[in-house]
Amino acid sequence: MNLHEYQAKTLLQKYGIPVPRSQVVSAANEVVAAATEIAGNAWVVKAQVHAGGRGKAGGVKVVKSVIEAQNVATELLGKTLVTYQNAPDGQPVNQVLIEETLPIARELYLSMLVDRTLERVVVVASVAGGMDIEEIAHSSPEKILQEVCDPLNGLVDFQARNLAFKLALSGDQIGAFTKMLKGLYRLFKDNDLALLEINPLVVTTDGKIFALDCKMSVDDNALYRQKALAEQRDWSQEDSKEATAHHAGLNYIALNGNIGCMVNGAGLAMATMDLIKLHGGMPANFLDVGGGATAETVAKAFKIILADHNVKAILVNIFGGIMRCDIIAEGIITAVKEVGMQIPVIVRLEGTNVDLGKKMLRESGLNIISAEGLTDAAQQAVKAVAA
Amino acid sequence: MSILVNKNTKVLCQGFTGKQGTFHSEQALAYGTKMVGGVTPGKGGQLHLGLPVFNTMRDAVSVTGANASVIYVPPAFAADSILEASDAGIELVICITEGIPVLDMLNVKAALRANGTKLIGPNCPGVITPDECKIGIMPGSIHMRGKVGVVSRSGTLTYEAVHQTTALNLGQSTCVGIGGDPIKGLNFIECLQMFEADPETEAIIMVGEIGGSDEEAAAEYIKSHVTKPVAAYIAGQTAPAGKRMGHAGAIISGGSGKAADKIRALELAGAVVASSPAGLGEAVLAAIQNKS
Repeated sequence: MNLHEYQAKTLLQKYGIPVPRSQVVSAANEVVAAATEIAGNAWVVKAQVHAGGRGKAGGVKVVKSVIEAQNVATELLGKTLVTYQNAPDGQPVNQVLIEETLPIARELYLSMLVDRTLERVVVVASVAGGMDIEEIAHSSPEKILQEVCDPLNGLVDFQARNLAFKLALSGDQIGAFTKMLKGLYRLFKDNDLALLEINPLVVTTDGKIFALDCKMSVDDNALYRQKALAEQRDWSQEDSKEATAHHAGLNYIALNGNIGCMVNGAGLAMATMDLIKLHGGMPANFLDVGGGATAETVAKAFKIILADHNVKAILVNIFGGIMRCDIIAEGIITAVKEVGMQIPVIVRLEGTNVDLGKKMLRESGLNIISAEGLTDAAQQAVKAVAA
Repeated sequence: MSILVNKNTKVLCQGFTGKQGTFHSEQALAYGTKMVGGVTPGKGGQLHLGLPVFNTMRDAVSVTGANASVIYVPPAFAADSILEASDAGIELVICITEGIPVLDMLNVKAALRANGTKLIGPNCPGVITPDECKIGIMPGSIHMRGKVGVVSRSGTLTYEAVHQTTALNLGQSTCVGIGGDPIKGLNFIECLQMFEADPETEAIIMVGEIGGSDEEAAAEYIKSHVTKPVAAYIAGQTAPAGKRMGHAGAIISGGSGKAADKIRALELAGAVVASSPAGLGEAVLAAIQNKS
């Protein structure tokens, strides 16, 4: 789950990390008051969307008067911002952040994440701030600094100093940076973050350090114990079908093709998409219905798949493990009747009682094609959408 | 022979009296697994499915002499269960639970390293040595004792590999579902190492998916350490970047974790990579033929 910049910065402040003065607004008529309260003679108006590349897409603008701030906010609010990261659909701008401008001397990069190979929290830093870190890692890997945190001791002072000196900080900045990094580590752990990225971390002309932009994402598995963060989730930033599926307890990802997929198991669901592509079709979605595949979950899944009007056929691929195929077939038949299916449904069943399950599908009198194996299922689905 | 589990493996179930624990323990008992009891705190002293229930893993291990445990407790309590099993001296812990927070698993892994405990999972179907010991949620009936070792990040794709090797009369020595989480217990390399050393295993099927670089590391290991035929399949060739595909660990991020890179690495290491999940059986046959 991703947080907005303004939400992330509220957390940063709570942990004593210096951030520019700012206010979030959701209506243009709040801008003048916000900018006046922040004070100064220039501000930055920043569109709040869950995507990088906002600046290049026109979502971040420097303004020289409160009226200009209001005009920019009016222009951004309610618009859909399309950046290179969220193209082609873009995401709606429901809030803008009004922020003071800082006299910037240097831009640095700082992030924390879980490294799955090292099985540790890792701090990544670079003097090449304000740029895409993946590009830096590719073009000048020597500019990437890293410290690995031991789970017992956490991030310790010397590691912060190692980074601070390599980032060419000096004097009071060393202590300030160390304090900041330890605060960030506590924040990361306390809030079950999966990623914390400050890009850029800026040094001002008077030598102070600030987090100018911040991206945070929370470990979805930990949301049960991060209730305050879970409540901040902005569903408007996510695909509406994916959001509906999430609320129904299903794992669904929208794709661009026209063959809807309903599969049990995440691995098999991905493999089914691949199989459709291999046989010349395009999958419309990823959907894992889980082990149960009862009439109720199957019907829910059908409804979510059918909400995508590009879908011209549905491929159901179930490996009946513990659940018997005849029970699954019954569930599919009930669900097809319940949703009043207008398009062909191709079903591949395998596992216990498979013959009985297939017989029930064939004799249902519904628009259900019972496939013989994985390859046949994919070919039938591709044929069905071509017809 | 086989790897990890056999007819002598004595298994405890953590979360024994819960719905999942009960159902899958019944299935394991019916398969012939040597289940010796279970743990549900507060229900110690009762009998469940004809087996003793204990309050703590220490009690359970000292009375039953168990050397393996399987965990069916909810995600909020699963990390604690793994640690409790490890502390009680269990050698092999299999955690079926999906949804354990990543930061919990970092701490768990550090503790397991110190105790020398082997962990399978979390978020996995478990491990089975056909006709001897089934620990987990896989359907026992599709398995056939034989010569292919299976290791996989995905549950249902493991079943596909099993189904196809059974249909080809090759059978399986042991099947290990290592799970779909980013931070997990046994990984491909440890399983490849055990299969390479197991005289009954004559060929290996490895099923990977997008996310991380474990398949690339496994490919390096295959190149230098595995003499047996290896067939592989990688799921997620059509998966979009930046989206978590069901499994917590199945995500292409920052340009790494792509299926194409994993497939290339495995092919360079001499593995036969199936282009379709329907081709796993044929791929392992081809791999066997290449080596003979």
